Amino acid sequence: MKWIRENLFSGWLSGAATLLILFLLWRSLPPFVDWAFLDAVWRPDSKACRASEGACWGFIADKHRFILFGTYPYDEHWRPAVSSFLLVGLWIWSCFRRNWNRLLIPVWLGGLTVIGVLMWGGVFGLRYVENERWGGLILTLLLSTFGVAIAFPLSILLALARRSKMPVIHWLAVAYIELIRGVPLISLLFMASVLLPLFLPEGVTIDKLLRAQIAMILFAAAYLAEVVRGGLQAIDHEQYDAAAAIGLGYWGQMGYIILPQALRIAVPPLVNTIVAFFKDTSLVLIIGLFDLLSTIKVSLNEPAWSGFGVEAYVFASLIYFIFCYAMSAYSKSLERPVAERAAARAADAA
Amino acid sequence: MASGGFKPKEVAYQAAALAAVLAVVWFFVSNTVANLDARRIASGFGFLQREAGFEIGEKFFLTYGAADTYARALVVGVLNTLGVAIIGIVLATGLGAAVGLSRLSPNFMLRSAAAAYVEFFRNVPLLVQLFFWYALITEGLPGPREALSPLPGVFLSNRGILLPSLEGAPRLEGFNFVGGTAITPEFAALLAGLSVYTAAFIAEIVRAGVLAIERGQWDAAQAMGLTRGESLHFIIVPQALRVVIPPLASQYLNLTKNSSLAVAIGYPDLVSIANTTLNQTGQAIEGIAIIMGVYLTISLSISAFMNWYNARIAFRR
Repeated sequence: MKWIRENLFSGWLSGAATLLILFLLWRSLPPFVDWAFLDAVWRPDSKACRASEGACWGFIADKHRFILFGTYPYDEHWRPAVSSFLLVGLWIWSCFRRNWNRLLIPVWLGGLTVIGVLMWGGVFGLRYVENERWGGLILTLLLSTFGVAIAFPLSILLALARRSKMPVIHWLAVAYIELIRGVPLISLLFMASVLLPLFLPEGVTIDKLLRAQIAMILFAAAYLAEVVRGGLQAIDHEQYDAAAAIGLGYWGQMGYIILPQALRIAVPPLVNTIVAFFKDTSLVLIIGLFDLLSTIKVSLNEPAWSGFGVEAYVFASLIYFIFCYAMSAYSKSLERPVAERAAARAADAA
Repeated sequence: MASGGFKPKEVAYQAAALAAVLAVVWFFVSNTVANLDARRIASGFGFLQREAGFEIGEKFFLTYGAADTYARALVVGVLNTLGVAIIGIVLATGLGAAVGLSRLSPNFMLRSAAAAYVEFFRNVPLLVQLFFWYALITEGLPGPREALSPLPGVFLSNRGILLPSLEGAPRLEGFNFVGGTAITPEFAALLAGLSVYTAAFIAEIVRAGVLAIERGQWDAAQAMGLTRGESLHFIIVPQALRVVIPPLASQYLNLTKNSSLAVAIGYPDLVSIANTTLNQTGQAIEGIAIIMGVYLTISLSISAFMNWYNARIAFRR
């Protein structure tokens, strides 16, 4: 009773808000439950869907293979499926602090090699599948994984360059970072898909997937660089002085003393940037790649299933939400120990 | 920094960096010139004066017809981008502030509703949300003859939203509406998507801004006999603004850049018109340069304005 009074009716305004929300829930929840569950059609039968008042989840039931795996050969769908699980597994494995050690890089290289073999095939009796046919969830996962994996080292170099005392290096980094951050990702993707072929010598071609990946890497590097720079700025000046006093050269100071501390501080905002990047991979749809969102949108072009966009995008939202929410929750869980450890250090110093 | 004070190694590094960048640029430029020659594409902005030949469904302030030039079409695109961005910023700020303050409410229901809002909309790509709003309007709403009318003179249908204008309220004639001000489904979906999405981020900024104010300020306000609302208005918000302005500015920039996703649902913003232009004329480099130039100008102006504003409201001691 006390809880109810304090949390729901602490004043007339609070009471009014509670009643208003209850009223809105009462008005909207039953129709929503009717639509999403009670009247919904779960069988892959578009005639039944059109006759029903409810949601048409049958669309998802019918098209889930295409949505998840795109135009990958139907009989070989287990390969992108295993790859997706493997990739997600690698991400989860990397989330544990005790795994942040030298083993991380060989494990990733091993995992990615297995995924490469599975996806391309052509060895061990696996049929060769060219990457024009890759699509669906695995494409979204691969674009984000390789985007982050290659952009991250680049971003460290950019952040160090931006903090460099050498004016040419500093201004080149500033120009790059501000240029990329000042334009929308779409313009970079257009550039990659339309202009990159013009930039290369006659006869040299890069396939569409790789071009989009390059644009995504250049984009992510600029944003990650600003986060890394934030971490570098948070390091006390004494640390730099001490590193120099040991007699380490620039790369030794950075590699052994400064970066390990700066990157640890920067992990939560880095994860947030990675979440944003994961969401941004959906933009490759605009230049015609078959990522998860794109396969969902294309499924709607089939006459039998046209007009079920609301259901399709609710489904898409759920998939993206699961991935992004998990990453955000992880980033939040990392912030807490960092704050606690900082508090403990401050207490020690006092 | 005096350039005389560099060690030889530093000079060498900088020269190498500059040379590397110039070499890459030269490589791209020379290839591009060769490729354009081979394809017989004349570069330059002369095409801007040619007749565009396509219609634009929506325009703010400017009149435009298919007989007008590409230049005018692109200006219409810029105004469409700015139009949706400005309205979106106003809506997102209002919604975001309301949600952010609700997250701090002593009321459990309000607090949880606001938290659910933030967590959901922040974690779903904007493009998915745009497609969702667009599908909801074009598929979920009834046709013009059965249009919903939540308020007198306001009609919601799968052709968009109709509002009363100075010339009078919209009315149904045959199969469609005449009169009133029409908001197309594309504009409505883009505006809804941008404001709802950005509001989730603004809510977190507002919340952090309020939390950054020390507890003592609340106590002092209460000791002066101010109510919760009055303390917020006179004591907390003015101080929180200083914390809030820089991240808010970057959200406004994000919203403006994100409005470029309009191309995916067919709202004629700058990117969409420039895209049509470059497909028709083949002037890809110029088209993309225009997009980037305009966005860079907008980005740099907003950050310049925000820096000025920040300096103006900073503590004066």
